This record gives sequence, structure tokens and C-alpha cells, in this order.
Amino acid sequence: MRAWIPTILRLLLLAVLVAFLANPYWFEPLFRPLTQNGAPAIYNQGSLLSLTLQHLKIVAIATAAAIVVAISLAILVTRPAGAEFLPLSRSLVNIGQTFPPVAVLALAVPAVGFGEKPTLIALFLYGLLPIFENTLTGLTTTPANVVEAARGAGMTGRQRLVGIELPLSVPVILAGIRLSVVISLATATIGSTVAAKTLGEVIIAGLLSNNLAFVLQGGLLVAALAVLIYDALSALERMAARRMGQVARND
Amino acid sequence: MIEIEHITKRYGETAVVDDVSMVIEPRTLTAIVGTSGSGKTTLLRMINRLVEPSSGAIRIDGVDNRSVPGPQLRRSIGYAIQGNGLFPHRTVAQNIGTVPVLLGWDTARIKARVDELLSLLQLDPAAFGPRYPHELSGGQQQRVGVARALAAGPNVLLMDEPFGALDPIIRTKAQEDLRAIQKRFGTTIILVTHDMEEAVHLGDRIAVMDAGKLVQYATPEEILANPASDFVETLIGASDRPFRLLSLGEVRDAVEPGGAEGAAIDVDATQRDALAELLWSGRGAMPVTSGDGKVIGRVTVEGLVKRAARPT
Repeated sequence: MRAWIPTILRLLLLAVLVAFLANPYWFEPLFRPLTQNGAPAIYNQGSLLSLTLQHLKIVAIATAAAIVVAISLAILVTRPAGAEFLPLSRSLVNIGQTFPPVAVLALAVPAVGFGEKPTLIALFLYGLLPIFENTLTGLTTTPANVVEAARGAGMTGRQRLVGIELPLSVPVILAGIRLSVVISLATATIGSTVAAKTLGEVIIAGLLSNNLAFVLQGGLLVAALAVLIYDALSALERMAARRMGQVARND
Repeated sequence: MIEIEHITKRYGETAVVDDVSMVIEPRTLTAIVGTSGSGKTTLLRMINRLVEPSSGAIRIDGVDNRSVPGPQLRRSIGYAIQGNGLFPHRTVAQNIGTVPVLLGWDTARIKARVDELLSLLQLDPAAFGPRYPHELSGGQQQRVGVARALAAGPNVLLMDEPFGALDPIIRTKAQEDLRAIQKRFGTTIILVTHDMEEAVHLGDRIAVMDAGKLVQYATPEEILANPASDFVETLIGASDRPFRLLSLGEVRDAVEPGGAEGAAIDVDATQRDALAELLWSGRGAMPVTSGDGKVIGRVTVEGLVKRAARPT
């Protein structure tokens, strides 16, 4: 019975999120005490729903690009022919992670202009590392006797990669994607400083007009999205792990 | 027939396998015995080219094993390893079908073959085919590993400590299964083990490896009777020698005319089992029964002890 409580809480959170996006004014009484001098309690400079969808879209595009590049790179450097590029790609990806997204935005704006593009670049660079490192871990920790058996059965390098190594790495790769998505969801808010349409707009509007209700709405929306997506991806990961016969590792 | 000619594998300065030559007759089981680091696994892996030799050649049925690309060669040779290395994300049926799929067999043919092998290894195809490896016991996993190695009907089966991870009771059963399979398919089996008992029990011939060199290659009887070096003698274990020798013979060869009291023993039992039973029950002789339960004679302690003496 108690195992159901987290699931119920999540469904509840999802229901509240959907309700809030469908009609924010239902929640006005909750935010009213946070405003001063009769300022609006609910964000009124645009639709919260469309901002949320924009936010998710930017994160999705940046993460998809990071997934493709990070996984390809990890595959490349784990092949015999690409092994010498491992240190180089490691440092490149690490630089992407250590470089603050704000600095990326500042550098990218003169090059590509205001709007979504600098945000996409910042999120893409920031999201590479967890996916790359996890794919690398997955591909290099495939059980030795399984790889040996695959070679012994006459599988070529490509057949081993596609048939054995990648499928067995799926749970670990998913964990990297989960990390990357959650970081991007939060980081995307600063994209609004360079005119990207994200939930950061709500927070910035709140900060500019000293309206705590706006700041809280923006922050809570991002937090709720992050929690729900994190949980959904965790569930997917557990499913994949079970499917790969790695029950013991995840229970 | 597998001809290994002056095969050497060097890693840097050290020769892991050092100028080994041997001929393995078709439809026999050859056990390669040695301590860890003796090069026995490397020698085995050079036959299907998981390891490329530094020099020398290996011919399988007269064809140099370097005449086809490695993966293609390995599809024609069965390979079973310790801890079985089953693919955890594939079902038992998919695991067994690995090589046939690589060879491009059609679905119906693969299914028929998988079912045949599962039945042969006493696993119900309907029940076990759709299961995943982690749902099986160690012994069942091992059998699936052997089935996978045999799936494409290879002439040669290489086994690297296939029974190493099994408990003694299941191991004995697995060894019996292997002999049955060998008889049925006429497969040439090369089995690497560190266990001389297993080698004597299973091998038609035994190759003893030490520090990369082949120190003796002979029948079990010959190895027990005339170990080529102190190393081989140590490996056999001097105190076990007479019993190992008896374990090679069946009771049928030691039957003497006459009768005896007490429980009987079957003609198919090993002479070692007969001697053990006699010693344990404190008797000098016991009746021998044939398969249908008829007494055909007796075995005596005296007779068995004579057979346990070093052959001349």
C-alpha cells in the first residue's frame, strides 16, 4: 500500500500543474498575499502555457542535439580507431560543462544575435558532459565475458556495438540524459535574459517589478516540470534495466 | 582434424604460448590442462583467432584458419566460456539463435534448431525459450551456453573452463551431458581446464601445458602411467594416481567368475566406484549385475588393486 504514495503524490503534482496551466486564475487567491500595492497576482504579460511549451521545446531541442553528439562521440572514442581521441574529447566536453552558461550567452549573442539561438547553444554545451560520460561508462563496462562470448560467436565490431554494447548501456545512458535534461530545464530560465521565450520571463518580470508572486510562479513551474520529468525518466530507466536483466543493480 | 604447428604468441618479450605443435583427431575430446598462466586459454583462443598468433599456423580440416576473416571463422566454430557469457538482454531462444541469425538462417529453421537443442539439454523449449538468462539457475545457464555454442552445428567446439562456476553435483551432470553431446554430434571438442580430474574423466587425450610449453600430449592412461615431468606428476597428484587410473576403467573389464554376498554393482560403474564400495562395506568381493539386473560375476578387492598398479 505504501509503495503507492509516491505515485499518488506525483499524479497530484501533475494534476495541479495541468490545472494551473489551463487556468492560472483558479490559483489567484494563493498568490494574492505575495503581491503589494494591488499588483497582479498572476503573470499577465503572456500565456503561461505557451511559455511552458516554449521552455520545453528549447530544452528538448538542445537535449536532442546533445544526445546525438555526445553518444556519437562516445561511440567514436571507444572504437579502436578513435581511442586516441578520448582525452581530447573528454577535455572538450568538460570545457562545455565548466564554462558558465551565462558566459556562453554573453559570447554567443554577438555571434548569433538575441533570441533562442544563444540559449540553445548554452544548453547544448552544458548538457553534453553527463550524456557523454555515462555513454562512455556504459560502453566500457559491458561485462567482459558477454563481450568475449559475442566475439567468439563471430559478431563483427559493428554487430557487437549495435546488438550488445549499446542495448546493455541503455540504462546508464538514460541516467545521463535524465541529468542533462534536469540541468537544462533549470538553466533555460536564464535564456530569457537574451530574449528567448522561456519561463525565465516570468521570473525576470517578477524581479523587475518586485513581484514575488511572479517569481514564485516561474520558479514553481520549472521545479514541477523538473521533478515530473526526472521521475518519468527514472521510471523509464528502471524499466530498461529490468529489460536488460540488471534487476539486482537497481532494486 | 586440427593441426597446430609451431604456434607461438608473444606479448612483448614473454612468450605466453611457446612453439606448441599438436594434432587433434576429429571426433575426439582433447583436454588442455595447466595452471593459471600456462597459456592454455591463449592456445585455445588462437584456434578461433580471438588471439592472433605471433608465428606458426593452425589448420582446421586442412584449411589454414587465416584464410577466412575472423568473424566468419568464429561462426563456424562453437565457443563456450566460463560464466557462460549469455546476453542478459536477450531471451534464451535468442541467445541460442545468435550464430544462426548471423549466418542468415530463416526464422523457422532457427526455431526448429533452438527447440531441438533445448530438448537435448533437458530444458523444455516452451518454458525456457522465452525466459531471460537471469531467470535461470547456474546449471541451466551453463546448458544454454553450450546450446548457443552448438547452435550452428559446428564441427569444432572450443570450451574454456565451461564447468568452472558450477557446484560439484551439477558439474558431474554437465560433464555427462557433454559426453553424450559429443557422441551424438561427433563434434571435435577442445576443453581447457585446470582440473586434472576433469581432464582424465572427459579427455580422449590430454595436453599438459606449463609456462607456455606443451609438456605432454597423450592419452589419460599414458599420462597417469608415465608423466613426462615432475610438473605433470604434481598436477596428477601422486596420492590420487591409482584411483584416477581405476576411474578410467569400467567394472565390466574387471569381472571375475564366481559369486559374492551383499549389494551388487552395475557393469557400467567405474572400477574406482567398485573399489570404494568394497572398501567402505568391508567386503573382499561383490556381485556384478548387467543392465537387466542379472548377476554375471564378481569383482574383488584383490583384482581391482592389481589394476590400480602402475601399467608397465
